Amino acid sequence: MIFDMDIETLPREDLEALQLKRLQRLCDRVYANVAFYRKAFDEAGIKPGDIQSLKDLHLLPFTEKQDLRNHYPFGLFAVPKDNVVRIHASSGTTGKASVAGYTQRDIANWATMMARSLMAAGASRRDIIHVAYGYGLFTGGLGAHYGAERLGATTIPVSGGGTRRQAMLLRDFGATVLCCTPSYALVLYEAAQEAGIDFKDLPLRLGVFGAEPWTDGMRREIESKMGIKAIDIYGLSEVMGPGVGIECVEAQNGAHLQEDHFLFEIIDPNTKEVLPPGETGELVITTLTKEAQPLIRYRTRDITRLDYTPCKCGRTTARMFRVQGRSDDMLIIRGVNVFPSQIESILLETEGCSPYYQLVVKREGNLDTLDIKVEVDEKLFSDEIKKLQILGNKIQKTIKDFLGVTAQVKLVEPRSIERSEGKAKRILDLRNA
Amino acid sequence: MKAEQISIFLENRAGRLEEVTRVLAEAGISIRALSLADTSDFGILRLIVSDHEKAKKALKEHGFTVGRNAVVAVEVSDAPGGLHAVLHLLCGNGINVEYMYAFVHQREKSAVIIFRFDRTDQAIELLQKHKIPIIPGDTLYNI
Repeated sequence: MIFDMDIETLPREDLEALQLKRLQRLCDRVYANVAFYRKAFDEAGIKPGDIQSLKDLHLLPFTEKQDLRNHYPFGLFAVPKDNVVRIHASSGTTGKASVAGYTQRDIANWATMMARSLMAAGASRRDIIHVAYGYGLFTGGLGAHYGAERLGATTIPVSGGGTRRQAMLLRDFGATVLCCTPSYALVLYEAAQEAGIDFKDLPLRLGVFGAEPWTDGMRREIESKMGIKAIDIYGLSEVMGPGVGIECVEAQNGAHLQEDHFLFEIIDPNTKEVLPPGETGELVITTLTKEAQPLIRYRTRDITRLDYTPCKCGRTTARMFRVQGRSDDMLIIRGVNVFPSQIESILLETEGCSPYYQLVVKREGNLDTLDIKVEVDEKLFSDEIKKLQILGNKIQKTIKDFLGVTAQVKLVEPRSIERSEGKAKRILDLRNA
Repeated sequence: MKAEQISIFLENRAGRLEEVTRVLAEAGISIRALSLADTSDFGILRLIVSDHEKAKKALKEHGFTVGRNAVVAVEVSDAPGGLHAVLHLLCGNGINVEYMYAFVHQREKSAVIIFRFDRTDQAIELLQKHKIPIIPGDTLYNI
């Protein structure tokens, strides 16, 4: 089912015409209203009128995460503060938070994009949607909530935390759709098991998971354990929140992007050159319709690739593949670039490994060391020492073969790796601690 | 003729073993025999207990990873050459011992060896054929 049939199946030609019109208006708006962009355009020697086709996009300056922090909190707003109806902010674990503002129309557009996303994932107004993303400054909770209501579904605003109670609500209210981070879905599943609730006995049939990178291996694990379909949703608070991209249930192969509201490019993170369609690089987003805080060529740091070939679901929008890593939280271990998601893939493809792991990077002398803690669950456990050692060696060898780094695999007890109610703490970098 | 052994994954951290014995004590379970195998990072505790179902449940509730394995308890005479005779027989028939541990029977003048074999069924068959006494699980749990 398609929520906005006209827009989501628009022929590419018509879509691009719409994008160009919106891009030109966006340039006029930011040049007139945002001092930061006026200065950046002037420094690049660009006037809004120079944008004659979508191919001219590369002439425009980039926006970095640091630019948001430098203008904390409201320095990039393009509308008078009275027109802003909501503020969200990222967690800001490193330095200042980055803030996002929304006008009434921004909120309405977001709700529509989220409703489109839920429908693409296979939900409809007949569903009961349990929203376990955090409600608050984080965009996950309210973003999913407004979209679920816009869709017309019954919306249950549970937010994060109180995991055991959540498992009971999930059963008692008969939710059919669960929205949360993939790692929290597993936490919830475990809590339910402990409370004697089997997900397979519940009407739950669909999960819309996002806000952190995950792999197909983790998807298979979730789908088989919980007996549901697990759909990947993409978004980031800087440009909106969840709903920037969504996998369709028909193909489950890449997230359809909301191209009427955003322009997407893939660049080489080092040279900043735009790469041809299909190449892997950093995703860059321009917000076409955002009123309160529009961004030009925002560097997401997410490494991915786009596919423009038609999809069997009928949507004509480009699809974005799973985020393979981040151009900034990439680990460099003894000169080798390592994305935590690569290690996760290896672990999940190794027979019996649980999805609970943690990468610990330390520096001993001048040498970086990588320890991988893996929780030993019943599937993995053996009463024979040698079998456990063989498993550790196998993981170590696969990592060496694929990534070229030597890692020490440490088997640890279940639940000994810190669980978070929201995002999993996958990396512990102690090199500068 | 098999006996049930439970095995527990333990990280090499202070107090983990004590936690296991506390859980078992609180559940009213007696330990009949045990062996601890360890590496620099982790250990595996193997136990023969009075009630393995109950022990496994209690340990799992406390977050331990618990496995269950079939072992064979063999009674050997507490005299020089007693164990050797058994091992000689097994070795000659190509049956490997993954690990083993022993305790001395208090009432009888004999020792009990707990064996984990690579081929448990064949080992039992061979031992029975040669009239080597095997202690059934139900007797072992109440020894």
